[in-house]
Amino acid sequence: MSPLRADLEIVANWVEEGQRVLDLGCGDGLLLRHLFEQRRATGYGLEIDPEGISQSIANGINVIESDLDKGLADFEDDAFDQVIMTQTLQAVQRPDQLLSEMMRVGRTGIVTFPNFAHYRLRWHIAVRGRMPMSAALSYAWYETPNIHFCTIRDFEALCEALGIHIIERRVLSHDLKRPLIGGFMPNLFGEIALYRICRA
Amino acid sequence: MAATLPTDSVGRVSPQSVRFDEPLLLECGRELPGYTLAYETYGVLNADATNAILVCHALSGNHHAAGYDSEDARKPGWWEACIGPGKPLDTNRFFVVCSNNLGGCHGSTGPTSEDPATGQAYGADFPLVTVGDWVRTQARLADHLGIERWAAVAGGSLGGMQALQWAIDLPERIGHAIVIAAAPRLSAQNIAFNEVARQAIRSDPDFHEGRYALTGDRPRTGLMLARMLGHITYLSEAAMGEKFGRERRDERGAFGFHYGVEFEVESYLRHQGESFVDRFDANTYLLMTKALDYFDPAAATGGDLSKALARTTAPFFVASFTSDWRFPPAASHEIVRALLDINKRVSYAEIEADHGHDAFLMPVPRYQEVFSAYMNRVAEEVGA
Repeated sequence: MSPLRADLEIVANWVEEGQRVLDLGCGDGLLLRHLFEQRRATGYGLEIDPEGISQSIANGINVIESDLDKGLADFEDDAFDQVIMTQTLQAVQRPDQLLSEMMRVGRTGIVTFPNFAHYRLRWHIAVRGRMPMSAALSYAWYETPNIHFCTIRDFEALCEALGIHIIERRVLSHDLKRPLIGGFMPNLFGEIALYRICRA
Repeated sequence: MAATLPTDSVGRVSPQSVRFDEPLLLECGRELPGYTLAYETYGVLNADATNAILVCHALSGNHHAAGYDSEDARKPGWWEACIGPGKPLDTNRFFVVCSNNLGGCHGSTGPTSEDPATGQAYGADFPLVTVGDWVRTQARLADHLGIERWAAVAGGSLGGMQALQWAIDLPERIGHAIVIAAAPRLSAQNIAFNEVARQAIRSDPDFHEGRYALTGDRPRTGLMLARMLGHITYLSEAAMGEKFGRERRDERGAFGFHYGVEFEVESYLRHQGESFVDRFDANTYLLMTKALDYFDPAAATGGDLSKALARTTAPFFVASFTSDWRFPPAASHEIVRALLDINKRVSYAEIEADHGHDAFLMPVPRYQEVFSAYMNRVAEEVGA
C-alpha cells in the first residue's frame, strides 16, 4: 500500500504494536488500515461523511457512522489504549468536551490540528485583512466545516485547564516537513501541530 | 417480462426445491417429519464453494429475490435493487441463494401444504416456527448445495434478524453477517401492530379458526386489513405525503360524502391489500408475525445482547435508514453497541432515506454504494 502522509506517519509511529485504537473522524480509513496491517492494532473508526464511510469500509477497517458532537457514549471508560483525532478538533462543536471524552475512553490520545497562529495565516489577517486560506485550510470562511480554530498556545492552555498532560509535541510546516527554523517559535512557524496527550 | 431485460438484472430465473426427509424438531417442541424448501440461486458457485451468499427474506417475501420468474412477470424479485451483475450482491462474483422460509406459502412446506398425518392441508395446525428453526433448515439447504460456509448471510428486516441468528447459532458456517434495517428484538409498538394484524385475520368470519382451506373460503378481508396496516408502517409519513398528499381521485375537488375510495392513498392501500391477498396465505402471515414477536436472542442471556453475541466470529455490516420508524436506527444501533462492547468487528451506516422501512428494498444510491463497498471486501476475502 502507498506510504502514509507525513503527518499521519508521525501519528502511526506513536501507536504501539497491538494497541486498541479509536480514530475520531477516520476519513477514508487509511491511517487505521495502516495501523491494523503494520502494527496489528485493533479498533474502530468513527466517521460522519458517507463517502468517508464507504472508503473506510473499502479499506477494510471497522467504521461506525457517528456524530462526534454527540460525544463517545458508545464507549466505556478506558476502552482504548489510544484515541486518535487527526485534523478534526477544529470541526467539532465543543472541542473541550470531546477532548475530555477522549481522555475518558482512552488511556492516551493523539491530536493533530492546523495551527491558526502560523505566520502565513497571521499575514492573511494582519496584512490582507482576510480570513486565511492555505493548503491546510482550503475552505472559504462561509463554507468551512472548521468552526473552532485554535493556536498551539490555545490548545496547550485548554489541556492545562482540562487536566490533560502533554507527553510530546511535534510541528510540521505547510509541506508536512520539519519547519525550516526547527522547533524555534512553533506557534509562529508550525502549520500543523501534533500532540500526544494523557490524563495528568 | 420486458422484451429486453436490464443488463444489471440476473434475468430469467426459475425456482428449485429440495425435500428433506429427516425429521426436524422445532423450538416449539413439535416435530415435522420432513419438509420441502423452495429456493432460487443466482450466479455460479466456485470450485471451492467459498463464494456463496445466503439471502434471507422478510415477513411477506419469498425465495424470488431477483430477476424475472416468468415470461410475463412485470416485476422482478424483491431485492432486485441489491442482487445482480455489478450490484452489491454481485452475481458475477457471488453465488446467491434465497430460500422460502419454512412455514411460507410459495413452495416451502407451510400451512397450505398437505399434512401427511391427515392428508389435508395443515392450515392452523402447522406448528409455529422461530427464526432459529429457519437457520437450521437453511443450514440443511447449505449441506444440500455443498456449501460448508456462507461467505455472508444477508437480509433486511426479518431477514436481517435471520442473519443475526445465523451469526449466533452457527458461527463456524458464516463469514460475514449483513444486518439491514433490523432490530435485536421487536418493540412493544411493533408487537402491537402485529397483534392488530393478527386480530384482523382471526376475526374475519371466513377464517374458520384457520381451517378455511376445508371450506373453500379465505379470510380475504382480514388479510387485506393486515397488509394495509403493515404497509402504513413500512412507509414514512414524508414518503406517503410525497407520493399521495391529499390527492383525490375526483380531480374536480368536490367531496363525495360516501365511504368509497376518494383519496389516492385509500386507493393505493386497497390495491396493495387486494393484490397481497391473491398471493399470500393468512396462516403464513400469522406465523411469520409470531416469529418476529418471539425473536429475541438476548433473552437466553438474561437480556444481555453482548453475551448473546459473544460466540459470534463473523464481522458484521449493520445499516439502518433515517426515516424507518418500524425498525428505527436506534434498534440497529443497539446491535452495533452490543458488538462494540465486546470488541467484535462491525461497521455501521445510517443511511439518509425518506422511504421508511421499505428503503432497504429501494435503489438508494448511498445504500448501494456502502453495501457494495462492504461486499467487495467480502469478495476479495473469499477470492470471488
